Amino acid sequence: MKTLMKSVALGVTVAALAAGAASAQTLAQVKARGTLQCGSNTGLAGFGQPDAQGNWTGLDVDFCRAVSAAIFNDPTKVKFVPLSAKDRFPALQSGEIDVLSRNTTWTMSRDAAFEFGPVVYYDGQGFLVRKKMKIGSAMELSGASICVQQGTTTELNIADYFRSKNMKYEIVAFAALDETSKAYDSGRCDAFSADASALYADRLRLANPDDHVVLPEIISKEPLGPMWRQGDSQWGDVIKWTHYAMLTAEELGINQANVDEQLKSTAPDVKRLLGTEGNFGEQIGLTKDWAYRIIKHVGNYGEVFEKNVGQNSRLKIARGVNGLWNKGGLQFAPPVR
Amino acid sequence: MSEPATTPADPRLAPSEKPQVAFWRDPEKRGYFFQALLFLVVAFLGYEAIANAVDNLTRQKMASGFGFLNQIAGFDINQTLISYSNTSTYGRAFFVGLFNTFLVAGLGIVLATLIGFSIGVARLSSNWLVAKLAAFYVEIVRNTPLLLQLLFWYFLLINMTPQPRDSVSLGLNTYLNNRGLFLPQPVLGNGFTAVLLTFVAGLIGAWLYRRRAHALQEATGQQSPVGLVSLGLIVGLPLAAFFAAGMPLSFNPPELGRFNIRGGVQVFPEFVALLTGLTIYTAAFIAENVRAGIQAVSKGQTEAAYALGMRPGPTLDLIIIPQAMRVIIPPLTNQYLNLTKNSTLAVAIGYPDLWQVFAGTVLNQTNQAIEVIAISMAVYLFLSITTSLAMNWYNSRKALVER
Repeated sequence: MKTLMKSVALGVTVAALAAGAASAQTLAQVKARGTLQCGSNTGLAGFGQPDAQGNWTGLDVDFCRAVSAAIFNDPTKVKFVPLSAKDRFPALQSGEIDVLSRNTTWTMSRDAAFEFGPVVYYDGQGFLVRKKMKIGSAMELSGASICVQQGTTTELNIADYFRSKNMKYEIVAFAALDETSKAYDSGRCDAFSADASALYADRLRLANPDDHVVLPEIISKEPLGPMWRQGDSQWGDVIKWTHYAMLTAEELGINQANVDEQLKSTAPDVKRLLGTEGNFGEQIGLTKDWAYRIIKHVGNYGEVFEKNVGQNSRLKIARGVNGLWNKGGLQFAPPVR
Repeated sequence: MSEPATTPADPRLAPSEKPQVAFWRDPEKRGYFFQALLFLVVAFLGYEAIANAVDNLTRQKMASGFGFLNQIAGFDINQTLISYSNTSTYGRAFFVGLFNTFLVAGLGIVLATLIGFSIGVARLSSNWLVAKLAAFYVEIVRNTPLLLQLLFWYFLLINMTPQPRDSVSLGLNTYLNNRGLFLPQPVLGNGFTAVLLTFVAGLIGAWLYRRRAHALQEATGQQSPVGLVSLGLIVGLPLAAFFAAGMPLSFNPPELGRFNIRGGVQVFPEFVALLTGLTIYTAAFIAENVRAGIQAVSKGQTEAAYALGMRPGPTLDLIIIPQAMRVIIPPLTNQYLNLTKNSTLAVAIGYPDLWQVFAGTVLNQTNQAIEVIAISMAVYLFLSITTSLAMNWYNSRKALVER
């Protein structure tokens, strides 16, 4: 009994100490540690996925690389921690990771417990169904079985959608995305529901991708972005301005290929972004050339988007609402000044 | 004691003569001191841990407390034993998960025990094929991870069964497809309570008869037809009442809808796969316990029974098994506890047990990690301790009574 009590007390202490470390200054900790601990998906094509050699690719993953580039001038100083939907918040809360960049929806209740960064991808929930079911709309799904990954906003959106339309359905929730998609592929469910981006990615992993189609309805708003712990606004600035730097670079036409050339530019907004004028990076605890480092090592937002989920990827997702604000999209960065 | 000792007595017998030493050299006092010190350290660690956690949570503006249990859950669960909808509370979702855990663990324990005992006895069979098959089963099942087995059963089940449109009819309005087994839903009519009451009365009657028969045999050696009488009381009596009450039971048959079969009672493939996986896995371990228990009984016991003219069946039932049980029960308790705890692997195959619903979805939506995990731990602790106590009681009844 004594040993039991001791080990319980020890366990709780360790947990409590870990939580204590969490609220300290994250940027200083990351610099001292020399690596960024980045919570990522366990495997979602286009967003965060390791290949057979353990090399990670994806939009969310590249975001962490950009943060690492801004801090260390080296995009490889990232340790990716694969997390299931269910485990991601406790991992962030306990201080196991510095930032969660794992296609996570920004919601009010999550914002109350954590901090959310800028939206790196505007998404919405959709349905994947078999073509041979001849379903044209989500309105025809009354009575269907729907496979989802548990611990996501997906479960809540479906419940709301079917309740408001007064339709019946059966939900089958799995802890891991792999089992969810396998169960759908085996015919356990009539539809597979997730964020539309994830559906496009997952469709490619099914036995016969061409037999399946993503329904046109989007039943929810899913702004996906990075998360960090509350009470660390300096770290929040680093996260936010990493994304804004990538957006601003695209807006100004600076990319990985021409960034060195752009250092000689005389345009004032280019000079401010690349640090040849002013000390904007230093104001948030980074260096003057923070944005240069990001663009040099990772690229601007458009490049990263097209490489991972857009036309240069297998997913072929159109820019749509994720285009720049001056091109009809929602991606907007505050000015660097 | 009233008379003062005049002669020096043995110092070990007279406490007053104990050598006078400093209190820090007295082993007894020193013992108390270290006990107290350890207690204080543990208490301090516990206090610090809780205070620190509360402090950190407040600083991170994370609400604590159990108020969230009364909030609307907003998500759905497909398999529920109690009524539940997405407008129910998190507290109700907790009970849905809890009852689902009870269901799978309870059925699993019963089935694993039955299969485990059969396999354990089969491993000792003198029939070469039976013994080898049992050994093969035990070795294969015991030496592969349970999670792998669960996934195997689940995907086997949903891939081998037909799609809803090609549902197989098993007769009596029962259908099978990869959404589950669909049984007609029994609708209880007036007077069914009376039938249930006669069933309970039959059970009590059978138990009383068995006691009397046992006492009779102890006293006179005369045997009574216990099996036949029990059957009559437990099955025959309610059946007679059922017909007398005018068969107050009808069935609501399932029917094919657009996507799937509607109505009736649905037995979900997730449940079947989890139950099968847990049962088969745990049964292999129980089989080994049973084998060990039987082999622990000296062969002389069997020989003695045969020498007294007993047949092999009664020898096993009356001589070997009762003695083997003393060896079997303690590790059997372990297996029951393991089965209950292993049921949390349900998350992998989408069965909404307590861990999946409460420590999964509810935790994720409320962010109340400490509260939710604490409640979940308390529940599994309670289940395990209850099982342990019940088995210890059973064990104390079966243990060797020494005279």
